[in-house]
Amino acid sequence: MLTVLHTRKRVQLIIGLFIGITFGFLLHKGGVTRYDVIMGQLLLKDFTMVKIMLSAILTGMMGVYLLKDVGLVTLHSKPGSFGATVVGGLIFGVGFGILGYCPGTLAGAIGQGSLDALFGGVVGILIGAGLFAEWYPQLDTYILHKGDFGEITWPQLLKVNPWIIIVPVALGIVALLWWIESGGFVGS
Amino acid sequence: MDWLRMEQWSPYVVGVGIGVLNCIAFLLSDRHIGCSTAFTRTSGMVERLFRGSKVEEKPYYKKFAPAIEWEWMLVVGVGLGAFFSAMISGQFHLSWVPSLWAKAFGNNFLVRFSGALIGGILMGIGARWAGGCTSGHGISGTMQLAVSSWLAALCFFVSGVTTAMLIFKVLI
Repeated sequence: MLTVLHTRKRVQLIIGLFIGITFGFLLHKGGVTRYDVIMGQLLLKDFTMVKIMLSAILTGMMGVYLLKDVGLVTLHSKPGSFGATVVGGLIFGVGFGILGYCPGTLAGAIGQGSLDALFGGVVGILIGAGLFAEWYPQLDTYILHKGDFGEITWPQLLKVNPWIIIVPVALGIVALLWWIESGGFVGS
Repeated sequence: MDWLRMEQWSPYVVGVGIGVLNCIAFLLSDRHIGCSTAFTRTSGMVERLFRGSKVEEKPYYKKFAPAIEWEWMLVVGVGLGAFFSAMISGQFHLSWVPSLWAKAFGNNFLVRFSGALIGGILMGIGARWAGGCTSGHGISGTMQLAVSSWLAALCFFVSGVTTAMLIFKVLI
């Protein structure tokens, strides 16, 4: 692992910036910085966003597990619980359906000149994040740990070698994309 | 370099690119692509302007200090990257109301502004509640096969699709 590089704070800020620039460039080239494309996905008419996400997951999953197997990276999956992940995820989705951008594509939308993303979306997310920080002590006591299942991955949960999961997930993603391309969902 | 000027790339090229980019993030920074904590930190920085350094005593800001770090720079980069892409393909233009919204609710910016604000507030609460967003959970977490992220991504889309359908098919 490149542990020395990981501790260089200034260099890390620059790497973060460049990874962000590349990410934003790709999001814009994919069309997903546009409200119309994201809403097209949520209305199940335009599958651009799902195609991008599934091919990113497919590539990233195989890449990161290969890098882990040769000892170059460590994984850090997020912990979860029903109280945090499900409740939070459902609230997020309502916001997603109204705003029509997500936090990353919102930043990209500003870059392409969408002023609704800047004046509405960003201000809204900052207020929302601030409200959450305000409520956090109570939420942490009463809701966020309900049904805690911790920092676990599918291979850990099923106690198998990761590749036993990766191969079928990869095949499943390819099959799903093939089905979408053949007009499965839209039925065209 | 004509491909850089293209208006749109195949979603598969973009997706594979994001997957590779995320591996590079793991390799060079021991981090994965994510966006929503940057908004928490910024919110803390804004609050600190008004209420002073006691804001840093809030338990949530002890976990996510209101300061510029890797992910914050990443989110700034996303804006810049999209700007570069839009500029070189000649698509950059200031717009107040997205066309699909305008078709449904009209061209009034105040109406769109209110919608985006309310949606943004819910998204800000939800992203921090769930511990991630469409990039942190939806791509970076799912590709690590994290159970929490698969569950989160499912909830994002089930709830997002339901909300969009209610707004566009039932409400109007």
